[in-house]
Amino acid sequence: MAGVAVSTTINGDNVEFLCQPDETLLDVLRDRLGLTGAKEGCGTGDCGACSIILDDRLVCSCLVLGAEAEGRHLETIEGMAHGDRLHPLQQKFLEHAALQCGVCTPGFLMAAKDLLAKNPDPTEEEIRFGLAGNLCRCTGYDKIVRAVQDAASVMKQA
Amino acid sequence: MVEVTLWGSLGAIAGGKSKVEIEAKDIRELFRKLAEQYPGLEPYIDRGIAVAIDGTIYRDTWSKELPEGAEIFLLPRLAGG
Amino acid sequence: MNFDPRYSGRNFTSVGTRPIRPDGVDKVTGRARYGADFNMAGQLVGRVLRSPHAHATIRKIDTSKAEKLAGVKAVITAADLPDLTDGDAAMYDILDNCMARKKALYDGHAVAAVAAVDARTAKQALKLIEVDYEVLPHVTDVDEAMKHSAPLINDAIFTEGLEEKPVKPSNVTKRTQYGHGDIHEGFGQADFVVERSFKTEQTHQGYIEPHACVANVSSDGTADLWVCTQGHFVYRQHCAQLLGMEASKLRVTSSEIGGGFGGKTHVWAEPVALALSRKAGRPVKLVMTRDEVFRASGPTSATSIDVRIGARKDGTITAAEATLRYSCGPYAGMWAEIGAMTAFACYKLENVKTVGYEVLVNRPKTAAYRAPSAPMAAFAVESAVDELAKEIGMDPVEFRIRNAAQEGTRSSYGPVYGPIGIGPTLEAAKNHPHMKAPLGKNQGRGMACGFWFNFGGQTCTDLNIGMDGSVSLAVGTVDVGGSRASLSLVAAEELGIPYEQIKTVVADTSSLGYNDMTDGSRGTFSSSMATISAARNAIKILRERAAQMWDIPVDDVVWEEGHAIAKGATHGNLSPLSLKEIAAASGKTGGPIAGHSELVADGAGVSFATHICDIEVDPETGSTRVLRYTVVQDAGKAVHPTYVEGQYQGGAAQGIGWALNEEYIYGKDGRLQNPGFLDYRIPVCSDLPMIDTQILEIPNPNHPYGVRGVGETSIVPPLAAIANAVSNAAGVRMTHIPMSPPRILAAIEAERGG
Repeated sequence: MAGVAVSTTINGDNVEFLCQPDETLLDVLRDRLGLTGAKEGCGTGDCGACSIILDDRLVCSCLVLGAEAEGRHLETIEGMAHGDRLHPLQQKFLEHAALQCGVCTPGFLMAAKDLLAKNPDPTEEEIRFGLAGNLCRCTGYDKIVRAVQDAASVMKQA
Repeated sequence: MVEVTLWGSLGAIAGGKSKVEIEAKDIRELFRKLAEQYPGLEPYIDRGIAVAIDGTIYRDTWSKELPEGAEIFLLPRLAGG
Repeated sequence: MNFDPRYSGRNFTSVGTRPIRPDGVDKVTGRARYGADFNMAGQLVGRVLRSPHAHATIRKIDTSKAEKLAGVKAVITAADLPDLTDGDAAMYDILDNCMARKKALYDGHAVAAVAAVDARTAKQALKLIEVDYEVLPHVTDVDEAMKHSAPLINDAIFTEGLEEKPVKPSNVTKRTQYGHGDIHEGFGQADFVVERSFKTEQTHQGYIEPHACVANVSSDGTADLWVCTQGHFVYRQHCAQLLGMEASKLRVTSSEIGGGFGGKTHVWAEPVALALSRKAGRPVKLVMTRDEVFRASGPTSATSIDVRIGARKDGTITAAEATLRYSCGPYAGMWAEIGAMTAFACYKLENVKTVGYEVLVNRPKTAAYRAPSAPMAAFAVESAVDELAKEIGMDPVEFRIRNAAQEGTRSSYGPVYGPIGIGPTLEAAKNHPHMKAPLGKNQGRGMACGFWFNFGGQTCTDLNIGMDGSVSLAVGTVDVGGSRASLSLVAAEELGIPYEQIKTVVADTSSLGYNDMTDGSRGTFSSSMATISAARNAIKILRERAAQMWDIPVDDVVWEEGHAIAKGATHGNLSPLSLKEIAAASGKTGGPIAGHSELVADGAGVSFATHICDIEVDPETGSTRVLRYTVVQDAGKAVHPTYVEGQYQGGAAQGIGWALNEEYIYGKDGRLQNPGFLDYRIPVCSDLPMIDTQILEIPNPNHPYGVRGVGETSIVPPLAAIANAVSNAAGVRMTHIPMSPPRILAAIEAERGG
């Protein structure tokens, strides 16, 4: 099958790649571009481990085709920190031990970033429903919710 | 001489005894003598037996001494998550 | 071993603090490498063909068309994994589970595999493999499988553990029995008796990261395996044995692991990936899909349990009995036996008897899942205990406190207990504000206790001191939830230096001696013991070097707060030497400074927990909501309290999912109907409240710092605690887990109708 040529922006950089028409964006990121921060937990959009932000919208990259990235702006976990300065969400996840195995963490951070961009002062319930598309099997979510609450208050002051 | 309690299924193999008396100073000697006196137990020892000494379970420390008068209890070796 | 593992009280400097974990930044920036994040040049894509039948004889497999497809580099069947197990029945079962030999034994059982240049070609090749099946009758339900009329899964199985050897084969591989006293006499003394039957459905560990590995077998007989596992040394042993390799020639590197919970203690795809790589002569990457993870890895037992407990009017239990039937999948296991051992472990009982039956069914091979077998037994027992308390008219906490095991109690599984924490967790629960909080309409409170053994095992560590005084600690237990932070804290404590000066890594199998798996809550318990031992060995050398530098006898040098100090009147003018100063001089005092430790960490110390929860039930729909949840558990000593809390919270959340939603659903055709996260629903963030934790610290006498394992016990009480809360909220006893809305609604309607 002939490849599709795609021009896109990832974390602010222009990126061009060739992919198969039926290849998911997740596979392109991981296998063609070496961006393995997004994880495949299910491949059916149920676990959120592959969450990225596509033109200001949180998506499961396993449900998006690579070809659909044409002309769009992608944000992945690899672009979340500025140089060696962590994003407040990343810092708070560390401080609150909001990760154990950490495989869901990139997805949670993207989802939390999207949530706070749209609602900078969420209630606990809004955080819980805002992150309900991401599965974590280790933490019971308690420390994740607290980390997001703490990050939100830090980001408001900034 | 220590008195060793066997768990249900193991007792059946040791001729229906739930307790046996063995002259052994540590777990290694205990297993060696058990196998000598009750050859049927050998495959179970090979598969893994844990030894509870006064309530503390030892799985692998064969050099662990068996204090005089201690409660010695054999248990199957278990899987964990 | 001249290392003394006994507990000695001390004031801690580093242990008990909550620093950021050493692997943290990599994990929040997406740089940490998990099983599927590793690639090799020239690597092929491996894929597995799985049986669509629950039970079928494999007459013939024709791989010729697949082999001819362009881009296919290897196709394997059981013939490529010959039986080298030499009479080891357990290893043979592992081999047969990795690749079906004569029969496919469950929906999802591997029958063939391919390695191809890309995923598309590999998938195409699977379609070209022709398998001639003779479909056999199947059985998936544990009670059905025990019936004489049930289809036989293995006609060589004659039930072990019966007084007389049976003449006919059956699906029951083994009967086991535990207990003491005389239950008939005990029930004779009872004023109240509760007798009930319970069922629990099969669940999966549900780790978010599917099994993944990259295998690279070289023509010189050496090989490398990159894999997500809870135990790379054990994987090496198993893979080497199944492939006929020398263990030392197979180097296994454990990747970051995306959850395991017992499910990554067993090899599944790894021997297959190695066999593919051997045949193709190229590296092969094999990653399971979520569908494969559900159908062919993991699950815990489905169970059917009968419980009978009797007590006097004053609230003393006089007798307790349970019969436990646990599904093992198609291979023998000891899952019911563990249930039989743990069922009544929380209580002081004069007369107790438990009987376990291991039952074969056409489902995936049962795997360990966090305190395996204990949650189901606790569900049945703790439900009956609650009901009995109610019949007597006693508060359920008081009733448990009255009957709780204590130091000197003969446990239901045999030995007499040393110092244990069940009493203190119950007292803490009784005094917890949660117990007194008001409840609203349709809301109920439940509580329950749980027990788990905890393990130790073979462990070794290497502690190397760099010339700049920084310390690298290499451990062999895979870090599943923050243990590198805990072990760094322990090394810092023992050496008397800051946490930041230490870097802990998990070494591969060629860099360190053998280590048992991270299972049985042993990771921090065992490796901290080995780390303390290694650090003490290093301190001995540090003292020797300081003595050389000062030119005084080593016996005059002591180690305090990270410094060598010269003791004695004649050395008064010598200022202490720091670890850094001694390290900087090491090149001229005898070379590198290191401490090693190889030991068996035994005496892990049993663990107890008490959970409290509030549930609201909607009587119109049967749906539930967890309003509040509290975990009280003994940690011995919490090395990094935040990660101990995390274990408590995570175990509770998994238990909540098991109690309310999660179950394997099989169709009449014996096929799994919900192999995905959409239909197998694990708790999401909006399903849960905050999970409150209380850490008790009753030192383990067999660890220098008093540490006990903490990972597993937290999943034991939730099934029962939630069942008791739902029963109190809905006014009807729930006996079938999960308590999904249809089951709760049916129970409520049956109660109304009755």
